[in-house]
Amino acid sequence: MAILVQPHTKVLIQGITGSFGARHAQLSLDYGTRVVGGVTPGKGGQVFRHNRHEVPIFDTVAEAVRETGATASTIFVPAAFAADAILEAADAGIKVVVCITEGIPVTDMLRVKRALAAGRTRLIGPNCPGIVTPGEGPESRGGCRMGIAPGYIHRKGHVGVVSRSGTLTYEAVWQLTCRGVGQSTCVGIGGDPVPGMSHLDVIKLFAEDPDTHAIILIGEIGGSAEEEAAAWIRQHCRKPVAAFIAGATAPPGRRMGHAGAIISGGKGTAAAKMEALREAGVAIAPTPAEIADTLIRLL
Amino acid sequence: MNIHEYQAKQLLAARGLPVPPGEVCETAEQARAVAERLLGEGAQQLAVKAQIHAGGRGKGTFVDGYRGGVRLVRTAAEAEACARAMLGNVLVTRQTGPAGRRVRKVLVTAAPDIRRELYAAVLLDRARGCPVVMVSSEGGVDIEEVAARTPEKILTEPVDAVLGWQPFQGRKLAVALGLTGPLLTPAAQLFQGLYRTWWECEASLLEVNPLCVVAGPGGADALLVVDVKMTLEDNALFRHPDLAVLRDVHEESPLEVEASRYHLNYIKLDGNIACLVNGAGLAMATMDIVKHYGGEPANFLDVGGGATVEQVTAAFRIIMQDANVRAILVNIFGGIMDCDVIARGIVAAVRETGLSLPLVVRLEGNNVVAGRQTLAAAGLSVISADSMGDAAQKAVAAARAREERPRDVPASAMPS
Repeated sequence: MAILVQPHTKVLIQGITGSFGARHAQLSLDYGTRVVGGVTPGKGGQVFRHNRHEVPIFDTVAEAVRETGATASTIFVPAAFAADAILEAADAGIKVVVCITEGIPVTDMLRVKRALAAGRTRLIGPNCPGIVTPGEGPESRGGCRMGIAPGYIHRKGHVGVVSRSGTLTYEAVWQLTCRGVGQSTCVGIGGDPVPGMSHLDVIKLFAEDPDTHAIILIGEIGGSAEEEAAAWIRQHCRKPVAAFIAGATAPPGRRMGHAGAIISGGKGTAAAKMEALREAGVAIAPTPAEIADTLIRLL
Repeated sequence: MNIHEYQAKQLLAARGLPVPPGEVCETAEQARAVAERLLGEGAQQLAVKAQIHAGGRGKGTFVDGYRGGVRLVRTAAEAEACARAMLGNVLVTRQTGPAGRRVRKVLVTAAPDIRRELYAAVLLDRARGCPVVMVSSEGGVDIEEVAARTPEKILTEPVDAVLGWQPFQGRKLAVALGLTGPLLTPAAQLFQGLYRTWWECEASLLEVNPLCVVAGPGGADALLVVDVKMTLEDNALFRHPDLAVLRDVHEESPLEVEASRYHLNYIKLDGNIACLVNGAGLAMATMDIVKHYGGEPANFLDVGGGATVEQVTAAFRIIMQDANVRAILVNIFGGIMDCDVIARGIVAAVRETGLSLPLVVRLEGNNVVAGRQTLAAAGLSVISADSMGDAAQKAVAAARAREERPRDVPASAMPS
């Protein structure tokens, strides 16, 4: 088992006919992911072809779910239409929605978050690299790849990785793979101010997953999600956790107004996050080049 | 995107919030005319306020020694003189850095006597995932100081994004601030108006500091928005063309403006090691590791996930305009992005710019072998690195070696 998605999970791609969506649909098919349908309003009935694959395209997510039995969907639609796409997926009963789209306005995401609060749909992202549950094949093929992460850097195994950043996640995963340590599932939750699943939501799943034996948490300055994860880990998590927090040297206040720092009660700095994690028994990687080694020392 | 005080006040006034009458001026003569009009309409006192995107204007000093970016006056002649002293002058405040900002506009506005100074803001609470209205009885000072010294004097009211602001929430905050009696309804309406402005304009921050109780008509208490800071959310500007035009590029660093033209995310810093990285998280982590090994990053630069040869060339041009740079560190993890594209971008940039600084390159990921071959075949004197740690240490060493001799002087010309 892994978390959120398994190698056999049936996946849709919303925005499969756009250049970005199409490219990553191809890469997911090459990786061996079960991409069973695409959704592009107005192109229902057409077929997305790649090598020997033929993926039917639907006008709506509801139809796609009915025809294919998909339970997960990756969203590549432009920012102006992305909130609608997320709500459509949730309405159609999709369990795991991964939204890759960057630049969705905050007011849109505030409404989406409220709408999803009551339902059973889990949202990963937006503005995230997505999820990979590595497979058994060469270069981890045969796994489930939702999003834009490179498949080949993974290796099937027992470390769960959760991160806000894209390329920094790849860096950590590659470090693990190069040292012969595989991953159960890698989740990029994205760097937006109003995200779907938080670090803590994902860590809770890793803690319950018998296939995950250790966890890597990669955070960034801003917000207080890492502190919340630390508080929970301290109380409940029995698995070894290693962490890296990016942005210790970033200039303060460049992204948000000063008042933003106040609302989180002085939290949000790299130092505060590392301290909270250290107190929870998490091993902190001193540099981003030592993320895998820091975890491996705990095993 | 930050906007000016006078622009924010126009947005608030258009939604019925109590903003003092005033007008923005680009010449001293205009300032005199506006002052005459306001005094004729019954204003007893006026403020002349320099319009720059930085706080601390009142306590700031101009480079020629003139004191105060906000001045109170009682005659049109004084208003004209203040405007003349400020316009074209460079104002230094604790937020501008020593270089200061050139003042191109002043706001001339009525300035009634202030009886109480309060604070109000609307912003996103990331932890709760909802908007909040934040108020304090301590206005006119830095809210950071209030938060540090007397956090109990800051009150927050979370807002349900779907329900929107409810009138009772405004009454709650009004009572908590002691705005009762005849001020209760206007205060509740004011908080509602602030929230509505924040939501409709899709601001990331709307801050009124101070929000004042002033002497209104007939001497009765009245509420007044005396100073405003407003930041609009860049991601939402596409559906607000009327707000997008409020951008003032004079207030942005020229290098950052150029970077945004190429969709590069660039922030200038004070160190001497320029960093060129793909992905924001990896870019931050690269700065961290440079610092860990004793170096100082000259910038944050994220070329994004799918950079082209043109973008990489533009990125090099931008980082080389920073005179402090002594070494360049390229750190690329090409997940999907082809490392050979980056390599070709580096070669083109080095040829185009005649780069003479030490260049450390760490390439990893997709098509990395071809990328390394491209760099090797070009015959550039690239210092290659095989991991992030290795790259950072080599860049720090190269910058240090470079720092020990003056820039732009060939080694052969140095006295031995």
